Amino acid sequence: MTKDDNKGGIKGMVNPNRFGIERIAYLLMRLTGLGLLGYFIAHVYETSNILRGRMGWDDFLAMTQTTEGHIFLVLVIGMCVFHTGNGIRIMMGHGGVGVGKPARPDYPYDPASQNYRHKIGIYSSIVLAAVAMMYGMAVMFGE
Amino acid sequence: MAQVSSIEDENAPNLLSTSKSVLLRISRFNPESDDSSKFMEFTVSYEKWTTVLEAILDVKKHHDHSVAVRYSCRQATCGSCGMLINGKPRLACFTKISELDSNVVTVEPMNNFPVIRDLAVKFERLFETHQKIKPYLINENSELESDEREFLQSPKEVEQYIQFANCIKCGLCNSACPTMSTDSSFVGPQALAQAYRYVADSRDKGKDTRLDIIDESHGIWRCHFAGSCSQVCPKGVDPAMGIQFLRGYLLGFRS
Ligand code: HEM
Ligand code: SF4
Ligand code: FES
Repeated sequence: MTKDDNKGGIKGMVNPNRFGIERIAYLLMRLTGLGLLGYFIAHVYETSNILRGRMGWDDFLAMTQTTEGHIFLVLVIGMCVFHTGNGIRIMMGHGGVGVGKPARPDYPYDPASQNYRHKIGIYSSIVLAAVAMMYGMAVMFGE
Repeated sequence: MAQVSSIEDENAPNLLSTSKSVLLRISRFNPESDDSSKFMEFTVSYEKWTTVLEAILDVKKHHDHSVAVRYSCRQATCGSCGMLINGKPRLACFTKISELDSNVVTVEPMNNFPVIRDLAVKFERLFETHQKIKPYLINENSELESDEREFLQSPKEVEQYIQFANCIKCGLCNSACPTMSTDSSFVGPQALAQAYRYVADSRDKGKDTRLDIIDESHGIWRCHFAGSCSQVCPKGVDPAMGIQFLRGYLLGFRS
């Protein structure tokens, strides 16, 4: 089926090299969404350790005090911030907000929906995520 | 002195010519006899203005007539010659080799369309989804009696849909779409943009009918606003814009 249809498949969906920053944001949104879902499930499991009393709780939380635990949490911070920032941009776009307005197209046909407002939204989500990750690192790895 | 051109003159090296050469790699695949596609390579010379389609036709004329390619207008109007050129969906007749900025030009059939042979792909599904959204004016008064006037529109009303009416059904947008590459049932950016083209037309009364058609699980909700459709569209249709406007209606952002 896939072969007959010559579908791009997962590879075609993921390939971020061809269609600019908007396609990269699409990929990051999917990855961070899935990452957060994974974290959410792990988080429910983690907090359920309270049922094992103070000792069990402290025991489990010790995992987050290691270097690997810190790196994991820094990634979660980054995913959270990017997903939220870009999510707000996408929700507005999905409602038809900030996607330009119809006009007679002129060569070279730059699409109005791929405009600077959305590009700024994407880049600032990435920058905010990076800043939040650096702050997280400073808190966790700092003395 | 008058310039008289003779046969000899025409064959002499042309000083104005900037002819360079490029390696053209053409994907060859016949689903009836081949297990997988393979590339054939040709060195072709080109001028600043030579299009990828012209280079392919050059190969057909001088090297291998069996290369399958579909084209008609050669001027970005018929929508026949879409293919992957260096990995991106483009019209072969609307893409100059010089603008690709590469010594190698690789042409493959468009993704997300079944291959007929080599570079030619099947458009059945594209036309089917296009028809599905009812690509015509829905208005019970559209049959005019002789003494009635036609539907007048102001330039402003025309501007609401004219860009979407530019669609030549080339399928580049469906080929670039990340949802199309994994979901065989998705209605696709081409059809969705056409749904908006008629919804935005002041003469049309079919808005609710069309919103109903696209409001299904493999309909408009599978669009994630990645925008690749708009980036490859050779006619400035901007399907992503139309799709978000349609969703705006469905979500209640617009009325
Ligand atoms: C303020 C917080 C959040 C906002 C504004 C937000 C927004 C969004 C939006 C707009 C989408 C749709 C993107 C698209 O159409 O491609 C999305 C997808 C998704 N989100 Fe969130 N989200 C938030 C928090 C979360 C959290 C906490 C989780 C995990 C538990 C999560 C998991 C997901 C997943 C799995 C997807 C699907 C990804 C995909 O299919 O591309 N989100 N989010
Ligand atoms: S919307 Fe643009 S890319 Fe898509 S079929 Fe129409 S002309 Fe081609
Ligand atoms: S040959 Fe008609 S669009 Fe290219």
